[in-house]
Amino acid sequence: MIVDLPSTTTSAVNHALIDMRERGGAVAIGRVLNLVIVTDDSAQVEQSIEAANEASKEHPCRVLVMARGLKRAGTRLDAQIRVGGDAGASEVLVLRLYGPLADHGDSVVIPLLLPDCPVVAWWPGAAPAIPAQDPIGRLAQRRITDAAAASQPTKALESRRISYADGDTDLAWTRLTAWRALLAAALDLPPFEEVEAVTVTGAADNPSADLLAGWLRSRLHVPVRRRASPPGGGISSAVLERPSGPVELFRPDGKVGVLRQPGQPERRMPLKRPSLRACLAEELRRLDPDEIYQAALQAVTEVNSRRASGAKGSRSGETQGDP
Amino acid sequence: MSTERRAPGGWVNSLLDNRDKRLPRIAGPCGVIVFGVTGDLSRKKLMPAIYDLANRGLLPPGFALVGFARRDWADENFAELVHDAVREHARTPFREEVWARLSEGIRFVPGSFDDDAAFDNLTSMISDLDQERGTGGNHAFYLSIPPTMFPVVLKQLARTGLAVQNGDQWRRVVIEKPFGHDLRSARELNDIVSDVFPEESVFRIDHYLGKETVQNILALRFANQLYEPIWNSHYVDHVQITMAEDIGLAGRAGYYDGIGAARDVIQNHLLQLLALTAMEEPLSFSPESLRSEKIKILSAIKLAEPLDETTARGQYTAGWQGATKVVGVLEEPGFRQDSTTETFAAITLQVDTRRWAGVPFFLRTGKRLGRRVTEIAVIFKRAPHLPFEKTMTEELGQNALVIRIQPDEGVIIRFGSKVPGTAMEVRDVTMDFRYGTAFTESSPEAYERLLLDMLLGEPSLFPVNAEVELSWGILDPVLEHWAKQDGPEPYPAGTWGPPSADLMIAKTGRAWRRP
Repeated sequence: MIVDLPSTTTSAVNHALIDMRERGGAVAIGRVLNLVIVTDDSAQVEQSIEAANEASKEHPCRVLVMARGLKRAGTRLDAQIRVGGDAGASEVLVLRLYGPLADHGDSVVIPLLLPDCPVVAWWPGAAPAIPAQDPIGRLAQRRITDAAAASQPTKALESRRISYADGDTDLAWTRLTAWRALLAAALDLPPFEEVEAVTVTGAADNPSADLLAGWLRSRLHVPVRRRASPPGGGISSAVLERPSGPVELFRPDGKVGVLRQPGQPERRMPLKRPSLRACLAEELRRLDPDEIYQAALQAVTEVNSRRASGAKGSRSGETQGDP
Repeated sequence: MSTERRAPGGWVNSLLDNRDKRLPRIAGPCGVIVFGVTGDLSRKKLMPAIYDLANRGLLPPGFALVGFARRDWADENFAELVHDAVREHARTPFREEVWARLSEGIRFVPGSFDDDAAFDNLTSMISDLDQERGTGGNHAFYLSIPPTMFPVVLKQLARTGLAVQNGDQWRRVVIEKPFGHDLRSARELNDIVSDVFPEESVFRIDHYLGKETVQNILALRFANQLYEPIWNSHYVDHVQITMAEDIGLAGRAGYYDGIGAARDVIQNHLLQLLALTAMEEPLSFSPESLRSEKIKILSAIKLAEPLDETTARGQYTAGWQGATKVVGVLEEPGFRQDSTTETFAAITLQVDTRRWAGVPFFLRTGKRLGRRVTEIAVIFKRAPHLPFEKTMTEELGQNALVIRIQPDEGVIIRFGSKVPGTAMEVRDVTMDFRYGTAFTESSPEAYERLLLDMLLGEPSLFPVNAEVELSWGILDPVLEHWAKQDGPEPYPAGTWGPPSADLMIAKTGRAWRRP
């Protein structure tokens, strides 16, 4: 069911919600969080809602879409409520803000948040310079950005690093989970050896490749090289050098991963770039600060540096202040 | 559940960190060898679960699946069987690229269980797989076969040395219920298995324990402040644990005849649910702590006597199951017409601990009951004093907390509330938390979870032999008592069991909840 409320107020939206619940009954499922999607009024609105609806099957939520319209227009709030079949397991409020109101999305969001449930903010496109200090970001326990969706991904990632605050996360990191899991599992077998050097290859402007290099650097404290491959291909390989030979995980065609280890047969497994909805569902699964992401993000600057800072094998995290 | 993994020589995998919660635990290189591949369970549960795990990226690259059966098949025929089973029963969407990788590791060994040559083939196939696929000598033998065939298969595994673990490698065996049909046979079965595999390599699958809601019992009880203070005989009046099925015995009548509802369900599922409901708080969530609490509570369970009055059993007769006309159990093909095997069983237990003294636990299960439902209902005592006129609270029942295991997993709390209007009148209302509808999409199916835990060597969700034997110890006197009586009491299909079940609980001044 879709109900349009043109030129309205937040209390009218709240009224309409209660009204729909009484009439429909179907909206009474327990929701576990608020998801605030901040975007411009464009095609991105529907794409984001679709991903959120899919993710809501795992995490029933109230989705608040803040679509910022023309600032030059007069002040106006257009709302649309979607429940039932049109909203997955969530209820979706699309809020279009025009005129001066477009800069005061937080005031519109506050009265519409479900009480007590955590708030997650998601910027599917351009993100604020400091997400944690953005008016919407301040309302949220968790802030999801996507460096890969920025016009300059490398710069966006650098900006995330500088502005990091607990609760920040980025979909460029989420897309890495399968790679990280495979590498971790590959080391978890005999011969149990220390890694001596790492090379990560991926498109020059691919933030996930940067983060993978940063993660390996922050965990292993060994020299990590980042090599550029042609643009558009994402991550193409990660090679961990060990005394007995390298552990190589590479993805020649962008779909199937190949794992090569000395003395073992080559193994292949599906390793596709995960869908937006899968990434979002993974992000919504945890709401606490992701320390591992923080460390990986901070270590991106140490990639390609020759020195192995910190004694090899130490895990005290003393690399923090390294130039 | 310990996540600290140390390899020999103190080597630590720096890429793993307990705080890295999004990193899934992928099983190490391994293979699964399935005996009894054509069985229902194997096709409907096991194989789809393997695919779903692969689809979630939780199986190791190079995973191998070997089928063993008396069929004149090549690898492709078996792969086709798996493919069809996956297409039909898998929960996650079918993805060609996942299937392609999985099917590379599918093998088949034809032969019967007493055929030495076939097992020699299996042995060389497994060592080939270690070379070709890199399964690393880690293999799980999944016995999806009747227990009568265990001895011959296990003997073969012992003879060929397949059960022997060398160094870092592991060999495990997975068995499914029934774990025997009484205490004696359970012990015999265990002797046979433990002759070949050490107890820590034996994984007994009770798929109920893999269900999210069952694990949620522990979260509900021990992560919250709300329930534990009232979780005792001061506040709890009694507990009802129900597992009702709407289906009959179609197709399973031959197996079921001679086993019956009590052995099939109460001994394993219901007593495990009781243990989780009644046990004390474990020191930690390590497998050892959980087990020792479960064993403690199972040791404290006693049958309420006299058994004539505290137990009930029945057989369904022809009737209307919902909108379908169905036959009685004695007319089911494969079921003996003079059989006294029960299709409904109810028993009354008491738990001799300070926490539960005087609180009866009623367990019931049956086929062809009103609808399919499994739930644990904790019924509370009435408030000791009601400051209302009697007329105001006539419609107020007892407060209840119901943990619904299936379908539609969730928790219900039932309490009194004022009826709108000028008069003060209190009536029961329910507050319904639905875990199932909201979270099912991605929560792994019970079999998936158990299979992965087995491959990871994580034993928390598998009952140990001691639990199995204690459960039989509880049930055996009832079975012996019933064996001396006349046959079970009939009940029409589609109802909630025989009158004696209602009488059994009514004698204590209580009534069954309609689930």
